[in-house]
Amino acid sequence: MSTAAVHSLWTTAAEPISKIDAPKIEYGQLSPTLIVIGAALVGVLVEAFVPRKSRYYTQVFLSVVALAAAFAAVIALAAGGYGTTKAHIAAMGAIAVDGPSLFLQGTILLAGILGVFTFAERRLDPEAHGNRVDSFAAQAASVPGSDSEKAAVRAGFTTTEVFPLLLFAIGGMLVFPSANDLLTLFIALEVFSLPLYLLCAVARRKRLMSQEAAVKYFLLGAFASAFTLFGIALLYGYAGSVSYATIAQVVDGTIPNVDPALAGTMGNDVLLLIGAAMVVMGLLFKVGAVPFHMWTPDVYQGAPTPVTGFMAAATKVAAFGALLRLLYVVLPGLRWDWRPVMWAVAIVTMLGGAIVAITQTDIKRLLAYSSIAHAGFILAGVIATSPDGVSSVLFYLGAYSFVTIGAFAVVTLVRDAGGEATHLSKWAGLGRRSPLVAAVFAVFLLAFAGIPLTSGFAGKFAVFKAAAEGGAGALVVVGVISSAIAAFFYIRVIVLMFFSEPRPEGPTVAVPSPLTMTAIGFGVAVTLVLGVAPQYFLNLASQAGVFVR
Amino acid sequence: MENLIALLVAAPLLGAAVLLCGGRRLDAVGHWIGTALAAASFVIGAILFADMLGKSADHRAMSQYLFSWIPVEGFQADVSFQLDQLSMTFVLLITGVGSLIHLYSIGYMEHDERRRRFFGYLNLFLAAMLLLVLADNYLLLYVGWEGVGLASYLLIGFWQHKPSAATAAKKAFLVNRVGDMGLSIAIMLMFTTFGSFAFGPVLGTEGHPGLVGGATEGKLTAVALMLLLAACGKSAQVPLQSWLGDAMEGPTPVSALIHAATMVTAGVYLIVRSAAIFNAAPDAQLVVTVVGAVTLLFGAIVGCAKDDIKKALAGSTMSQIGYMVLAAGLGPIGYVFAIMHLVTHGFFKAGLFLGAGSVMHGMNDEVDMRKYGGLRTYMPITFVTFGLGYLAIIGFPGLSGFFSKDKIIEAAFAKGGTEGWILGGAALLGAAITAYYMTRVMIMTFFGEKRWQPDAEGHEPHPHESPRSMTIPMIVLAFGSVFAGGFFSIGDRFLNWLEPVTGHSEGNSPVSALTVTLATMVLLVVGAGIAYAQYGRSPVPVVAPRGSLLTRAARRDLLQDDFNHVVLVRGGEHLTRSLVYVDHTLVDGVVNGTAASMGGLSGRLRKLQNGYARSYAVSMFGGVAILVAATLLMRAV
Repeated sequence: MSTAAVHSLWTTAAEPISKIDAPKIEYGQLSPTLIVIGAALVGVLVEAFVPRKSRYYTQVFLSVVALAAAFAAVIALAAGGYGTTKAHIAAMGAIAVDGPSLFLQGTILLAGILGVFTFAERRLDPEAHGNRVDSFAAQAASVPGSDSEKAAVRAGFTTTEVFPLLLFAIGGMLVFPSANDLLTLFIALEVFSLPLYLLCAVARRKRLMSQEAAVKYFLLGAFASAFTLFGIALLYGYAGSVSYATIAQVVDGTIPNVDPALAGTMGNDVLLLIGAAMVVMGLLFKVGAVPFHMWTPDVYQGAPTPVTGFMAAATKVAAFGALLRLLYVVLPGLRWDWRPVMWAVAIVTMLGGAIVAITQTDIKRLLAYSSIAHAGFILAGVIATSPDGVSSVLFYLGAYSFVTIGAFAVVTLVRDAGGEATHLSKWAGLGRRSPLVAAVFAVFLLAFAGIPLTSGFAGKFAVFKAAAEGGAGALVVVGVISSAIAAFFYIRVIVLMFFSEPRPEGPTVAVPSPLTMTAIGFGVAVTLVLGVAPQYFLNLASQAGVFVR
Repeated sequence: MENLIALLVAAPLLGAAVLLCGGRRLDAVGHWIGTALAAASFVIGAILFADMLGKSADHRAMSQYLFSWIPVEGFQADVSFQLDQLSMTFVLLITGVGSLIHLYSIGYMEHDERRRRFFGYLNLFLAAMLLLVLADNYLLLYVGWEGVGLASYLLIGFWQHKPSAATAAKKAFLVNRVGDMGLSIAIMLMFTTFGSFAFGPVLGTEGHPGLVGGATEGKLTAVALMLLLAACGKSAQVPLQSWLGDAMEGPTPVSALIHAATMVTAGVYLIVRSAAIFNAAPDAQLVVTVVGAVTLLFGAIVGCAKDDIKKALAGSTMSQIGYMVLAAGLGPIGYVFAIMHLVTHGFFKAGLFLGAGSVMHGMNDEVDMRKYGGLRTYMPITFVTFGLGYLAIIGFPGLSGFFSKDKIIEAAFAKGGTEGWILGGAALLGAAITAYYMTRVMIMTFFGEKRWQPDAEGHEPHPHESPRSMTIPMIVLAFGSVFAGGFFSIGDRFLNWLEPVTGHSEGNSPVSALTVTLATMVLLVVGAGIAYAQYGRSPVPVVAPRGSLLTRAARRDLLQDDFNHVVLVRGGEHLTRSLVYVDHTLVDGVVNGTAASMGGLSGRLRKLQNGYARSYAVSMFGGVAILVAATLLMRAV
């Protein structure tokens, strides 16, 4: 066969293909996601080829470097004006590169780095057979209590797969708030959800509880995803497209040319309303809004605490980002329909979270209900439907995620013979024995409660202000009442820590490695800086608060 | 020259700061620092006075602006001073008598280890009192008003180890608070009525009628009555008189300076300063005269029954201030004489108190006059100066009190009509009683046989003349008691001095001045004669006899405390108890009930979280159904 013939064969075969335009991918603008996903894939290879002894260090190093590089890329993009003037829609309409995207991606990446730090903590659990261990099971696949589990522990196995799983989850979360069509949205949802289900299952202690939590999370998550997918299908039926821009045009009635094949269903408002409600429901499930919140306490309690901390922070950021984009870019023409419903959701979420938290006795469940109440507060800002609403939500998410990671990191420190001592009664008198840890936790609780000079106050003030200016005064009243109810149980923990007699065989506070200390220290620093001098960050959030359409 | 005004206040204020913050190392010299700064303030006052005399009557008022104190849109308060003839009179009285009493205290407080602190408080008092009379607006006046209240509280309770002193200080403070409320309400009313509380704009200046002219009489009456309430508190007038007798628990120089000569006359100053308001509110003026007349009789009657020399003098003080308030209530007929009596009273009452202090000093701090007697030979200087003060206060012809009190009685008659007769009659009766109780004090202390008793530790008293630092002030004040009235009255000097500020009118007396003077003289002789008959002719029993009903009531200050206890204390207790009850049952009930219901709700909602994934899924399904239905319903509606 001659080269010419081969060449000719190539050209013949390629001829019809060349009529399809090659997709134009702006790799530079997608680099944060690409770096993280790439590192996750490398992490899988590490698990396969690097000797067991070195895997932990390799994975931690790889993860931190990848997340830092991705964060640097986000900063570079923001500095290059992609958050403001050069914001546009990349990857053939699939990904929006704009202010909210970059702001939320930056927040998720920072939370991710702190998450890696807490994941990598190996000084808290007592050594097992001379091996330092972390919060994760020796071998996740072994049945709890079985001989194979014992053998794995004896051998000093650790589940270093958590790092690539974490990176995959972060990769999905980076795409989620910037997804600009429904399919990308759905895929991102699954990409970050599946690793989280797995991460929830791999606790070293209380493994059955952990696995139960993971199964519940998976089942309910799949259920929610099914609704979302159904909703996407209905929206496609309504608009003939999954693209946000097109759907928005159809909603507004400004679509230039209608495909005759779709003319039958297109513009059917029933499809639109049902579809939108179902997609929104999927996102409300992820943020943990009432009545889609019931997985939250069980999963937060059962999951390994570092995973809970990361998940509570980053999932909320990603999901609220996606919700904002959906409501502000796709459905602004529909806001007179969704606003009253979202009002109701926000109210029951704020009140429900705050009220049920009162009777909780486990610190992780308490923080879970607290996160539900906070989801309600953030929803109040979402409902404002104004640029201020967007920027206040961005600010709130940034402030909240660092408080959350810090608070759960503190929870990992307070331990007794059975591992983490999460029952509240065991925290009595902690302030006498470990004043520093108790004081740090008190700072986080005050931030959750929204006391001035903490980031919680600045955030809450911003969302309530936006909501009030957006005509949701009643919502603000409910929000303030819920805050008052919520303050009760936050302050109760502080009172318990500082004004109760310590128990004789109470828990001890383990001295962590610099990794966890960094995570906690960063959390405290952000909490106080955003509380004392929030203006710079509020400005940043308001610059970033414009969606590209 | 205006720039000196602030120094008047600054000198004693500096003294107070240095003495109170300086600590123990100033113990040795503290009293000299305090006295020197009080004297410095007097010297500055004298310089300003000389300067003022050099100007014509219309150009004597000065002012000094220091800084803007509360600059708010629509609410301007400045720290600035106004020194006119009225303020000048007070400045000289306060710093002059004040300096003498500082000097006296050096000897009197010699054995007190907290003497430095005492002088710090005295200086603080001088600064506050000067601020009060120099302020050019009511708000700054209020600062001084509260300042003298504080100093009075600190000094009445100076011997805080004595429970009676601590209680008396508290009582004085509390009763004064009632009056202070009156002043603050008056200032608020002024601000809402006139939009200002500065003297110039509100009261008016030469050629510029004040904002007073533009207000309704009702509002002016309200402001005036509130000012009167303030004056009653500070000047111990009925019904806020009850604190003054107990205030005698303080060291005697304090009683002389604060509770006789200066602070208690602040109410008179306030009324005279606010003349423009009172002139436009005749109903309030009538109330002022009634308060004055009632108090002058009340204090005189109480003074008759007291065996404690200081409390007898306190009753007398109350009564004499009653005269001043009566005169001030008479309007332009009386303003000048109110102030004139205030000044002469400052001399002779301070002298009397210092004399009483000197007696106590020699008698192991005994205050019961029934245990004195025959002291005139042991303490000759005290006897002579006290005696001159006695003659002055009863209005012996030619001495200070004669001139000033006589004028007030004349002015009361000059009010005219039935009111004039009643008020004049009360003033005349008061003069008779004054003669009676002062003669009683004089005889019981300095005449008759010795009734001395050993004190609680068994020390026999050895009366002796006091040291020179105490006698010199007494001698100086005695000079004032004798000559001040005559000096002021001959050629109407005082009238001409003060008239540009207060104004003056003669009034229409139905009785001639001579008749009034003669009547006063007759009553004086009658009063003194009865006292002589009772106490000079027969021995004074050491233990007080049971006495008549009136005597017993007067010993208990005419039941003032019983009245306050029953009406105010009990009433207040009932009120607070009912409020506490409401708080416990209603307020706490609502709060606790809310908390409990939240807890209950939480417990019930918690049961929904049963741990079964299937029921969670059902709730999600229900949620989504409601969400979809609600969205569709929204569109349908």
